[in-house]
Amino acid sequence: MAEVDLKDIIAEENVVYKKTKVLTDKPMHYCPGCGHSTLHRIIAEVIEEMGIQDKTIGIAPVGCAVFMYDYIDVDSQEAAHGRAPALATAIKRLLPDRYVFTYQGDGDLAAIGTAETIHACNRGENITMFFVNNGIYGMTGGQMAPTTLEGMRTSTTPYGRDYHLMGHPIKITDLVAQLPGTYYVTRQAVHTANYVRKTKKAVRKAFEYQARGKGVSFVEVVSNCNSGWKMPPVQAVKWLDENMLPYYPLGDIKVPQD
Amino acid sequence: MAKVKGAIVVDTERCKGCELCVISCPTQVIAMSRKVNSKGYHYAYMENPDACNGCTNCAIVCPDGVITVYRKKIVTTEV
Repeated sequence: MAEVDLKDIIAEENVVYKKTKVLTDKPMHYCPGCGHSTLHRIIAEVIEEMGIQDKTIGIAPVGCAVFMYDYIDVDSQEAAHGRAPALATAIKRLLPDRYVFTYQGDGDLAAIGTAETIHACNRGENITMFFVNNGIYGMTGGQMAPTTLEGMRTSTTPYGRDYHLMGHPIKITDLVAQLPGTYYVTRQAVHTANYVRKTKKAVRKAFEYQARGKGVSFVEVVSNCNSGWKMPPVQAVKWLDENMLPYYPLGDIKVPQD
Repeated sequence: MAKVKGAIVVDTERCKGCELCVISCPTQVIAMSRKVNSKGYHYAYMENPDACNGCTNCAIVCPDGVITVYRKKIVTTEV
C-alpha cells in the first residue's frame, strides 16, 4: 500500500474532533490532568450540540471552578460560597425559558452549601446541578473534605481520615436521590475516554430534562485532584479507579419513569 | 480495499503534559516530546503516526482540548 502523506490527512474536511467554540481560547488555570477542565469541555460541547449557547446561564461556585465564566462562553453569575443553587433558583424563576446550571465542587455543594443543595433539590427547582467530587479541598491546599475517603491522607488528616473522629464520607448524590424534587440523578467520571463518552450523554440528558420542568437534574462527576492527592496525573487516575470508584460507584441513581 | 488513517495535531502551547492521552491511545501513537513549551511542560506529539486510526480517544480525554483529530478513508486498489 502506498504511503499516505500526513498532509493529505490533516485537512479541514477530515476533521473528526476539534475544540468547541463555546470554550474560550483562554488557557485554563487548572492543574495538568484535572477533571474540571474535562467537564468544562463536555458541558461546552453539549451546549454547542444543543444550540443553546444564548439561552444558557451558568452559576460559578467558590472553589477551583471559580473562574468557570472565563472558560465557558455563556452568561454566568458568581455565587457566594455554597449558594449557587439559591442563585440558580432565583434566575430560573425569573427567566424560566433559560437553561440554568450550577457547577460546584465538593467543598461548595457538600460542605458549606449542604442546606442550599438539599432544599433546592427538595423544592424541585428546574435546574441542572453539576457536582465535581474529588474527595479533597483542592483550591485551598488539599484539606479534608466531607467526601474524603476513609484512611485518605490530606493536609489536615496526615494519618488518614479516621471515622471515629471525623465521621464517614458523605454520599450526597445518594442523599438527594431520595428527595421527591429530583428528576434525574447520576454519578459519572471523566478520567478515561469511555467514561467521558458516558458523562457526555448524562450531561446532555441533564440539560434536556430541564426543559421538561419536572425537577432537579443532578450529575455527580468523580474526578481526580492530582495536586491535592500529591500524585502525577497518570497515577492519580489509577488511584481513582482503585479507591474512589468502589466507594462512589458509577451509574444512574434515579432515572425518570415517564 | 479501504483503510482508515488518522492524524492528530496538538496545540503545543496549551498542552500541559498530563499524559492522559498517552495512556488512552489504543495504538500507542502518542508520546511526550523531549522539548518543552513556553510554560515548561513537555507536550504530546505523534511518535508513531502510521498506527493512528483517528479514534478520538486522546482528544476526548484531553482536559484542555488541545488535540484536533483528523480521519480519512484511504482507498487503495491492490491486486
